[in-house]
Amino acid sequence: MTYARRAWIVLWKDLLIERRAKEHANALLFFCVLLLFLFQFALGPDRDRLAAAVPGLLWLGFILAGLLGLGRSFLGERDNDCWEGLRLTPGDKSAIYLGKLVGNCVLMAAVEILLAVLFGVFYDVDLWTPAAPLGLVLALGTIGLASVGTLFAAMTTQVRARELLFPVLLLPVQVPVLLATVSATQALLLGQPLADVAHWLKLLAGADLVYVTIGLLTFEFVLEG
Amino acid sequence: MITARDLRKVYGSSRVLDGVSLELGSGQCLALLGPNGAGKTTLLRILATLLRPTAGSLRIGDADALREPERARAEIGMVAHGSYVYEDLTARENLRFWETMRGGDASAGRLAAALAQVELDHVADERARTFSAGMKRRLGLARVLLGRARLLLLDEPFTGLDRRGRKWVSEFLAGFKAGGGAAVVATHSFGDGLGVADRVAILGGGRLLMDRPAAELSAEALHRLYESLTDAVEAGP
Amino acid sequence: MTRALGWVAALGLAAGLTAGFGYAPREAVQGNVQRIMYLHVPAVLTAYLAFGLVLLGGIGYLATRRMGWDRLAAAAGELGVLFTGLTIVSGSIWGKPTWGTWWTWDARLTSTAVLFCVYVGYLLLRRLIEDPDARARYAAVVGIVGAVNIPIVHFSVKWWRALHQPSTILGPERAPIDPAIGLALFVNWLAFTLLFAYFLSRRMEIARLEEQI
Repeated sequence: MTYARRAWIVLWKDLLIERRAKEHANALLFFCVLLLFLFQFALGPDRDRLAAAVPGLLWLGFILAGLLGLGRSFLGERDNDCWEGLRLTPGDKSAIYLGKLVGNCVLMAAVEILLAVLFGVFYDVDLWTPAAPLGLVLALGTIGLASVGTLFAAMTTQVRARELLFPVLLLPVQVPVLLATVSATQALLLGQPLADVAHWLKLLAGADLVYVTIGLLTFEFVLEG
Repeated sequence: MITARDLRKVYGSSRVLDGVSLELGSGQCLALLGPNGAGKTTLLRILATLLRPTAGSLRIGDADALREPERARAEIGMVAHGSYVYEDLTARENLRFWETMRGGDASAGRLAAALAQVELDHVADERARTFSAGMKRRLGLARVLLGRARLLLLDEPFTGLDRRGRKWVSEFLAGFKAGGGAAVVATHSFGDGLGVADRVAILGGGRLLMDRPAAELSAEALHRLYESLTDAVEAGP
Repeated sequence: MTRALGWVAALGLAAGLTAGFGYAPREAVQGNVQRIMYLHVPAVLTAYLAFGLVLLGGIGYLATRRMGWDRLAAAAGELGVLFTGLTIVSGSIWGKPTWGTWWTWDARLTSTAVLFCVYVGYLLLRRLIEDPDARARYAAVVGIVGAVNIPIVHFSVKWWRALHQPSTILGPERAPIDPAIGLALFVNWLAFTLLFAYFLSRRMEIARLEEQI
């Protein structure tokens, strides 16, 4: 009971701060728009080529935005030594991880939905018809990305060269999530039924379960001095 | 409240703490003096269970703080430089967050009472970003009060405060002691330290150079002692 | 003790070379190129052993907070990267005459490359933290994540691409191997494991001495 209250208050605090410090969210959204331009310039105006690349680009966008967003998720705790305060709270520290993780998932999902809508509009892809199965892929992929991302962000926030180390640690670990989500998205956009990507969904669900469990179990060692 | 034996902290080849032992009973306040780099903050952080000593033993209340830091933490209230304040939350929200994290009762009535006690009730719903250093420190003290900590650890509580602010902190400490709490105050400020403390300890080169009842010392005598002791350490190897 | 281990490992390598080049016959389909296998397969098996020890060392440290576990993890991490690198290079050399290219995004090559990147990150992290306890804790967490991720990487890459040789040793569809080739492989695997054990104990010893300074 206390555990759930503590996880909830961390989530409440993070979302409240995120809502008040609008500049960060705005900058992240603007970054997403810029990504769209960048992809367009890199691939040229050929519609077919763009359409073929959409699943990969979409997830590349999610990952880049996720790296920026997740990498910041513990920076606020450094101000005024709040980090220390969290360590001094008695009880199970994994509640903090859980709250942070859910908060990060909510924020990433918001950015991803916006990015997907922009993709649909600018690149003229129909993301609406397979929206429900795509949503499932998106949810599972986001949890995978955020679970390891939250853990590693907590770690690298306290290390030199944080901006560099965070992606260098996170990206190779996330290769399975990227492969699974891109492959599944590709199949769904080609109009294949959900059953055809069931193996990818199972892999993602299994990976999420493993990552979240490891995160819950090891977070106290990341936080602890 | 505190029983520390032979605490050592070694970073690579540098000994930040080189065998510090101290005891502190309930209702007592210890002022910890010492030049920069003497190990004050390190000692305070070890007492707060934020840092693990390389060797030595530490009891906080009736808990072995090294084995069961969780039990010790229930007793400890720490107010360091940053006071653990989230700038984008209001004073009330900050207290609500920390008290809930501690697993305590964060009801509106308790929060309001704590805010009134540290005289922040008139700015309870303003963001901490607009607060002065003194107000943030008071917010930190309100957090400690809410948590019903019995051991208060303060790192440089007088720095950056005007005379009124320093007096306020001293009075707060007196009240805290009167309620049966123990406090350790790491400070540069001799006068304020001597004013609130029952005992004064001087830390230099990672050792306790002196630990005496404050009543025996005048400000001047303390100053002379401090100079001679810390000079001796600096002149040494 | 360590010195003796070194000599045994050297002897093993010599035996391995002899077995690989002298004793084992020339493979009928691939020719002499196949002999790279005597380097490639033992290297990858040793790398997996190393990453297993990184995991073990990490868990050991978090459970006991003894630096010895961290030294084990650190040394195994470095050697794991070394042997993974060896695996990739030898696979690449084998791929050139066999597939006609140095690099293909074949499943096993790719997942080995991914592992390589994960553990290079692990070593980088270790370099960037001075405090020994924090370094050991963070490295342990990354080592645990990296190890549990190995099967996930394996399946994801396998489904993504499937045009590798069926694995001769571990694969379920075990192709019949010439017993002489099998023996040569075994001897080389043993030699690599001994060499690994020797390097590991040396590296841990050096780390222990470094800590004392």
